[in-house]
Formats: sequence, C-alpha cells, structure tokens
Amino acid sequence: MSEEARSAGARITEGESYIGKSVVRPQTARLLAGRGVFTDDIKLPRMTHVAFLRSSHAHARIVSIDAGAAKALPGVVAVIAGEEMARVCGGWVGTLAHFKGMKSAKQYPLAIGRATWQGEPVVAVVAESRAVAEDAVARIAVEWDPLPAVTDPETALDPSTPVIHPELGDNLAFELELTSGDVDRAFREADAVYSDTFWMGRHTGVTLEARTILADFDLSEQRLTVYHSFQAPNMMQDILARHLRIPEHNVRVITKDVGGSFGIKVHIYPDEMAACALAVMLGRPVKFVADRFESFLSDIHARDHRVKAEVAVKRDGTILGMKVDDLTGIGPYSVYPRTSAVEGNQTVRLTPCGYKFRDYAASLKVVLQNKTPMCQYRAVGHPIAFAVMEGMVDRVARELQLDPVEVRRKNYITRDMYPYTSPTGYFFERLSHEEALDRLLEISDYPALCAERDTLRSRGIYRGLGLCTFIELTTPGPAFYGVGGARISSQDGCTIKLEPTGKLICMTGVTEQGQGTDTMIAQVVATAMGVPLDDVRVLTGDTMVTPYGGGTWASRGAGIGGEAALLAGKALKENVLKVAAAILACEPMDLDLRRGRIVDAGTGEVRLDLGELGRIAYFRPDTLPKDFQPELAVTRHYVPRHQGFAFTNGIQLSHVEVDVDTGFVRLLKHWAVEDCGRIINPRLVDEQVRGAVVQGIGAALFEHCVYDEQGQLLTGTMGDYLVPMAAEMPEIVVDHVQTPTLFAEGGFKGAGEAGVAGAPGAVLNAVNDALAPFNARVTRQPITPDVILKALDKL
Amino acid sequence: MDTSLEISLTVNGVPVRRRVEPRLSLVDFLRYELELTGSHVGCEHGVCGACTVRVDGELVRGCLMLAVQADGCRVETIEGVAGTGEIFDLQQAFAEENALQCGACTPGLLLTAQEILRRNPRVDEAEIRRGLSGNYCRCTGYHAIVQAIRKAGAGRAGGTR
Ligand code: FES
Ligand code: FES
Repeated sequence: MSEEARSAGARITEGESYIGKSVVRPQTARLLAGRGVFTDDIKLPRMTHVAFLRSSHAHARIVSIDAGAAKALPGVVAVIAGEEMARVCGGWVGTLAHFKGMKSAKQYPLAIGRATWQGEPVVAVVAESRAVAEDAVARIAVEWDPLPAVTDPETALDPSTPVIHPELGDNLAFELELTSGDVDRAFREADAVYSDTFWMGRHTGVTLEARTILADFDLSEQRLTVYHSFQAPNMMQDILARHLRIPEHNVRVITKDVGGSFGIKVHIYPDEMAACALAVMLGRPVKFVADRFESFLSDIHARDHRVKAEVAVKRDGTILGMKVDDLTGIGPYSVYPRTSAVEGNQTVRLTPCGYKFRDYAASLKVVLQNKTPMCQYRAVGHPIAFAVMEGMVDRVARELQLDPVEVRRKNYITRDMYPYTSPTGYFFERLSHEEALDRLLEISDYPALCAERDTLRSRGIYRGLGLCTFIELTTPGPAFYGVGGARISSQDGCTIKLEPTGKLICMTGVTEQGQGTDTMIAQVVATAMGVPLDDVRVLTGDTMVTPYGGGTWASRGAGIGGEAALLAGKALKENVLKVAAAILACEPMDLDLRRGRIVDAGTGEVRLDLGELGRIAYFRPDTLPKDFQPELAVTRHYVPRHQGFAFTNGIQLSHVEVDVDTGFVRLLKHWAVEDCGRIINPRLVDEQVRGAVVQGIGAALFEHCVYDEQGQLLTGTMGDYLVPMAAEMPEIVVDHVQTPTLFAEGGFKGAGEAGVAGAPGAVLNAVNDALAPFNARVTRQPITPDVILKALDKL
Repeated sequence: MDTSLEISLTVNGVPVRRRVEPRLSLVDFLRYELELTGSHVGCEHGVCGACTVRVDGELVRGCLMLAVQADGCRVETIEGVAGTGEIFDLQQAFAEENALQCGACTPGLLLTAQEILRRNPRVDEAEIRRGLSGNYCRCTGYHAIVQAIRKAGAGRAGGTR
C-alpha cells in the first residue's frame, strides 16, 4: 500500500472525527417508543395470510392429499400443493462450483411426492386471516407412507442406510481432504500424541422476531414488491427474479426493521419462496410469519459436528502436527444458495490457524440426514474449530503439566512472522495473538484467579478457567461465493446526496439488523465529509433505491460498507468544495469543509454555510459560471481486492464454578479481547462482542435441537429449547487491541462474530479445568449437567 | 356461526369497543385489531416476554391472556407508556447504554424494567437479572440492559432522596 494511502488512513482519525466515538444510535428512539416497523407490522390492502401444512414425518411418501374440506372453509382463498406451485416457482440446488464434487438434490417450495424432514412445507393455504388459514390446514387430510429416517451422521454412509435422494447415489453431499506439510513425520517425531472426539450438538438461531415475509404482486405492471425480514435483499431480489421468472428490475425487496438475524435470515427458505409465488399466482399480497414451532422446525439449524482430533507434541508443549476428522450432518438438502458445506469447510480450515505448526491433515464429510436443514449461522465453523483446537491445547497442557498460557505462547504465530499464510490457505496480514493474550491476562488478573481457584479446591469448591484463542473471518471478497457461481455480491456501494438544506442522505448496500450499521455508516460519512453527525440520514435495505450490495453476513458491514462510505464521503466532499469554489470564486484547494461549513483551508474562517451552498446549487445555479455543473450526489463502491478476507483475532477467558454433585455450571465472569482493526464505534463493537459471547455460551451450555431416532424434534418450543437468559449470564468484560488493515483506507475489519467464535471453547476449557481434580473431562456440547455427571462417573 | 363476543376496555387511556373471537389473544388483538404493533410476539408460550403489556397496572404476557379476558380492563402498551413520559429516563438510559440492538425485545423489557424500578429503584444487579429472567433478548447478552436499568434506577433513587 502506498504511503499516500497510509497517511490518508491516518488522517480520518484526526480532528473532528467520529471514528472511535461511542455515539448513541439515533434510530433507537423509534424502537424505544414501540414505533419500530417490523415486517409483520405492515398491513397492505387485500392482504392475505399463508399457513403451511408441514410434514409430521421425518421421511415419508405423500400418498394423497385431500384438501376438499379446507377449500370449503369460508375465508380460504387458495389451497396449493407441490406440483402446482412448481409450475410458478422452479426448484433450486444448493451447491457451489468451487466445492468440487459437491452434490445436493433439487428442492422445491413445497414437497413433491415425498417429505424429507419433519417440518418441510407440503401444502400452502392462503386465507383472509392467519387463523382461518390454520383452521384450513387442520382440515387437510394427507395420507402418508412413512419411510425409514436417516438421523445419525455416523451411519449415513453405511450401505445398509437408505439413500435419501436416490438420484444422488449416496448420502454424501461433500467431502474434503486437506494436507499440509508432512503430518506423518510430525506424529513419528512426537514425544506424545493425544486424541479426543468432540460432539458438538445442533442448535439454532432463535431470533426473537421469527422469519417474516410479505409479498405483493402487481399483475398490471408485473412488479413484485417484497417486505422481508432478511439480511441480503439484493440476493433475494436476484433469486426471486430467476425462480419466479420476473425481470429482476421488476422485483423490489425492502427490509424494514429486522428483529435479529445472525445468519438465520440470509438463506432461501421454501416457505418464503412459496409466499412470494402465491402472491404472483393470486395477484394479492401474501404474508407469512413463522410461528415459534415453525421456526424451530424450519429455520436453519447449525453445527452438528463430530470431530476427531489428534495432536502431536514435544514434551515442552510444542505442537508438531495435527489431524482432524470432521463429520457433519446437514439435513436432506444443502441450503440454497450458500450451501451447507461452508460450515464444515471453515471448521477444518480454521482449526490450526492460531498456531505456527505446519503439518496438518484434515478430512471432512458432509452428509445428508432427515432433519431440519443445517447451514451458516453466526461465526460459521469458528466455534467448532476453536473449541476443538483449544480443547486440545488444554489437554496437552494438562497431560504434560504445563501452564496453558505458556503452551499457547510457545505455539502462536509470532509478530515477526506476518504476513503469514496458514497451512489451510488463509492469508493473515497481521494478527495480534501475543498482544491480545497479554491484554487478557492483565485485565482479568489471571494469576490471581488461578491462585483463588487453587485455594478453593482444597475447600471443595471447583472453579475453572478456560482460555480460547480464536480468529475471525471478516470482510470477504468474491472468493467466498462469487467464484462458486452464486450471485451474492461481495462489493457494496454507498450513495450520498447533499440536499438543498445542506443535509446529507446516505444509502448503503449493507443492511441493519440492530448491530448499528446505519450509525456506523453515518459516523464514517460525517467524518469523511466534515459535517455534524446529526446532518446525516442513512437508508438501508431497499433494492429499488440503495446501491447494489451483499448486505449483512461474514462481518462485512464495516470493512466493506464502511470503506465504501468513506470513499463516497471523500468524493462528495471534493464535489462540494468545487461548488463552493465556484460560488466564492476561488480554488477548491483553498477551501475545506468542517462542521458542515465551508471554511478557508488555511485560517479556518467560515466562508459559506452548506445550506447556502445547497440553495445556490439547486435553486440559483444561474448565478454560477455557465460551464459549471454542480454534482451533489455521488456513489462509490468497494470490494476487498488485496486479500481474500480481513482476518481478525482475539482471545476469551471463561471463569466458572461447577457443582460436582448436580453437574450445574455457574458462569462467574467472562473476558474477551479482540482486534477488529480500527474501531468506528467502541460501544457498538463491545455490544456486538457481548451479545455474541452470550450466543456462544448458549451453544456451550444450553441450546440443543434434540431429535429422537425417528427424526422427530423434541425441542420445538422455547419451553423445551433453552436459551440464555439474564439471570444465568455473567458479567462480560470486553477489551481491544487495534491493528488496522493497511489494505483499506479506513483500516476497519469486522467484529460481529468474534464472540461466538471463542466463547464455547472458553467455557469448555473452563469446565474441564474445574473437573481436573477428578481427572474428568468433557468433550460434548451443550455441556448439560448430565454430561458433567457422566464425566464424573456419577450417572 | 358467529362466536364473537363484544368487549369494551380502555387501551392507553382510550375507550375501545370491539367484537372479537374468543380465541384471539390479547397481544394479537392489540397488534392486529388496534394496530398497536409495539407489543411483539416471540414465543406464544409465555417464555420470552416480548408481548408484555400492563393490564390494570399489572404486567401481563399478552400471548397468555385472551382479548375477551381484558373486557373491562385498563390495558397499557409500550405506545401508551412511552407517550406519557413515564419511562423517559429508562428510554434514555437504554439508548445511551445501547441496551437494544434489533429492538424486538425492547418494548417488553422497558415495561418489565419499569416494574423492577417501581418496586425498588435502588435494586442491585443480581435483582435486576432475576427480574429480567422472563425476558429473552438474543442480541445484547443482557449486560447493557442491566446497566441501563441501574442507571435509570440510580437517577430515580437520587431524585427521591
Ligand atoms: S410471546 Fe408472549 S411470552 Fe413470548
Ligand atoms: S435487542 Fe434483539 S432481541 Fe433484544
């Protein structure tokens, strides 16, 4: 990167900068007054509601559907089954070309002939109200022919196991073998080899606002308008256009307030596609709101891994090499369009990434099963990778009686080794493992905690400390999806308009689900322009209006959307100064824009108010030179070009107390130090980290989609599926190291998933530390009391 | 067959008379009949607290109460409570502490927080967390919510001293 860009990068943190300031999100006011507009809050004229008859079997042939009684019910508008809908909405296959050999079956909005998981939509009923639609669903008689369900990934590939989609030949969706260096030699030369098997249960997102979509089709103009609780409106626009065969510029997707997403609301769901197809078929608005039971059955599930790990070490704790074998079950279909292979792929690629050993071999199998489809959820693959890696590091420390801190330090990629490419092919511009560890030990007073733990043990109180080093994949370029053939934008645009009053309207392709995207963008724009923050309004999530972009996923908002906003702000400022120079009959370079006023660049003397500039440019351009045209709206785009991802890193520490009689874990405190580069809004970043840590804790201790052997989900309500609640959650201390990326002027990287990446590993290690006096160890998540009691041989 | 019943009640101080189906929950009545969409629905099971409203001054889960049961009652929703200025300090503290992200849980949390502080403005952190044990928030991790309630509580306790 050039010196010039470097100094420009530095400049934006100087002077009147909003970068690094914890400004309050202005748009919270409406949410605090009950005036948010979530998709279900929208009511359209002639609106109808759809409810679905869903498969009650994990796997069954649909022998017949009798919808006569349903159709006869007053208020029912239409009852539609699979084949009829497929004529309007074509099917899809969730594979990506760069996952070699990947396969999946064609999936339709409504099951045709056969249902492959409990909860798969089979018949859609549209009615004047949701209640009537549900009444009608209850009157549909389906004759089922139950088929054997494939539930256990371990036996999914056995010859005796039925093949879910015969056209695929087997139940293997994807496999991958990775090797780097000479792992056999590493194991031969090791002083010791340790192996473990980790079982990481299925869980799901449980966004408080369930998935919701409202589709409206105007037959006269052939235009589809969709209000959608979603993360990636342009992706949805593209897919609706192609599958419903509507010209893409006639499809408008609008995301209003979104009540949490976390990767749940970035996939194509058959029920949502069905709702849009129904709107086209009926020429009336159709609304679908998942109820909580439907959410548990049909929102994507996450994780579901069995990982065997083996690590080869020297007596002093030096890691020589590692072997990993990951088996993951993804349900009957790979989810469209991002695929269900990314989770496993990232798991095996991320695992060794904190450390400098080069001899690594991984094998991944992604298998089909008759359970809810599994796909990308916040921190895709990360929490599994680091729970396994860090679990093994602590195992090494325990076996060799070494300090877990020192084993990490000994094996970290050190500051002198950057830039560095991992044995799995990830490029790291600069990570800060050593700095983050030092910071964590300091803020947590780690030695004192260890001493306290040791003292309490003699009193029969079992506390544990668990570290988890992690990296986070953020700010992805086109190598992620684009090269695999998916029409998912890795670039984002930002448009800024100067209004006649001198205020700014800004539109961005990245989207808002509560993380504070619009505040963060406003801070960048206000800083780049030199205007007060209050003068900037930000609009997100309207494909008709906002510049084309990817939306929210893979922690890309700040790194990509933020950078585009910075470039747009600088460009508009340049244009504004040209207009000012024309008005004031001087050179643009003699002027600057500060606090919303045109000033003399040298003296700072105020020359012109932005409102006055706007008035002249819009209403009295006749007073400007004849050959001068003011351009007071600009658009700039940004895509990361210099590295595949902007990786970040950090470390977490969990402090727990285990009741060895009941198996209950009490969370005492949690620390997280992370490095997301230059921080735009510290409070927003801290709250991202805290919220994500709690999601990670949920996965570690509570959350579990439990199935019986027939593939029936046993945890279909929030009474059965435990989520983290306030009373059990610990205080979470967040701190930062800041290593800005030099590949982009802003220096921003992502922060949205760091908490989830490290929390489960930290909790796992903390529990195991507490259990150390009993020589017991757990390698199963969620770590429920029975898991602990079994490890203690008490159950 | 028309099974609807007539109910009359006050909602945010305004008298309301409507015919409703007996199976209609209070929160659905508020959201869809009265278009007071500030009350949310998260679980329909009494677990998440998103549907929290006040009925005759008591906190109620709008998903567990039927609209017909509110006949003759005084119902207050986030729109009403926010409108009177009663929770102005809480709203401000929530904004300052970033105690909300997506905001889906926020109306229910504000009403719950108001009840916690009404009982004891000097409430400590553990009591606040216990008081929130029926309110699910997926986004924040609760830390900022607890801080915001403490902050508002400290302001109130100071004011009454
Ligand atoms: S919707 Fe009423 S408690 Fe969850
Ligand atoms: S802020 Fe999203 S659920 Fe609480």
